[in-house]
Amino acid sequence: MPKKSPQSASARPSAYTPAPDRRFNPGDRVRVKNTYPPGHRRTPWYIRGKPGIIERVCGAFPNPEELAYGFSGEPKRVLYRVRFVMRDVWPDYQGAAHDLIEVEIFEHWLDPA
Amino acid sequence: MSHDHRHPPAHGRDHEAGLPSEHEILSRAMQELLEEKGVITAEQVRRRMEQFDEDFPYRGARVIAHAWADPEFRKRLLADGKAACAEFGIDLEADRLIAVENTAEVHNVVVCTLCSCYPRALLGMPPTWYKSENYRKRVVRDPRGVLKEFGTVLPDQVTVRVHDSNADMRYVVVPMRPRGTEGWSEERLAGLLTRDALVGVTIPGTNQ
Repeated sequence: MPKKSPQSASARPSAYTPAPDRRFNPGDRVRVKNTYPPGHRRTPWYIRGKPGIIERVCGAFPNPEELAYGFSGEPKRVLYRVRFVMRDVWPDYQGAAHDLIEVEIFEHWLDPA
Repeated sequence: MSHDHRHPPAHGRDHEAGLPSEHEILSRAMQELLEEKGVITAEQVRRRMEQFDEDFPYRGARVIAHAWADPEFRKRLLADGKAACAEFGIDLEADRLIAVENTAEVHNVVVCTLCSCYPRALLGMPPTWYKSENYRKRVVRDPRGVLKEFGTVLPDQVTVRVHDSNADMRYVVVPMRPRGTEGWSEERLAGLLTRDALVGVTIPGTNQ
């Protein structure tokens, strides 16, 4: 198969956006804030207050909590993929102890743990 | 391509039972205004719906079949789904894609608990069950029970990894390539890859 012509990383459409000023890195232990402010939030209720581990950095994205009300969403917020053990999320979880759930959480919803 | 089959009307109502919903009226009014102002044409809208019906639903199977056939492409797909799709000639537009691979140890399944986020430019429109409250509420709480209802029973030693597609990323599952498919063409492999397998609720096999 012919090799693709070399492209600079920035020229390729990427799933990820840069987030150089982030607070967490993959492997870091975190806890989702256990808070219930009104408004449009992308942090599901079931995951609030739960401990997890950063699985990957998704990048910096316009803040959906601002976008929802017609604002620009700036400054962008860093979005993470956070991994949780099912039994930490659901104390009565019936499946295997090693089962996992991963959720996208914005940085301002996370505390170090 | 043969074009003798019927398309639904541009507004997607293939039955005329009852009055249009409030959302449908809003959508029509919006489209008419945008047409009037010259922002879009009815032809563009029709063309877009045709893509959703006839092109997008088959993209995912072709990408994953290619990943099965080409280990280097598979690596690139897992590293950055959108870039790999672009290289394969598929523009995912606004969708940012994370591809997650099933192995002998891990089985992945995708949900959006907040609404119905789905990689539409890769898989077409989400199925009704994906949007149902039943699926969205239960698959994050009892994934093994939900998978069993789809006929997918996983041994305890396999880790179930549920992905809540709740913000800006979209997900596609790379299933395990079934045994006995060595030497198959990508087109034939793609025939094994149903939408449900790419969401992770079923496991592709050769005896379907």
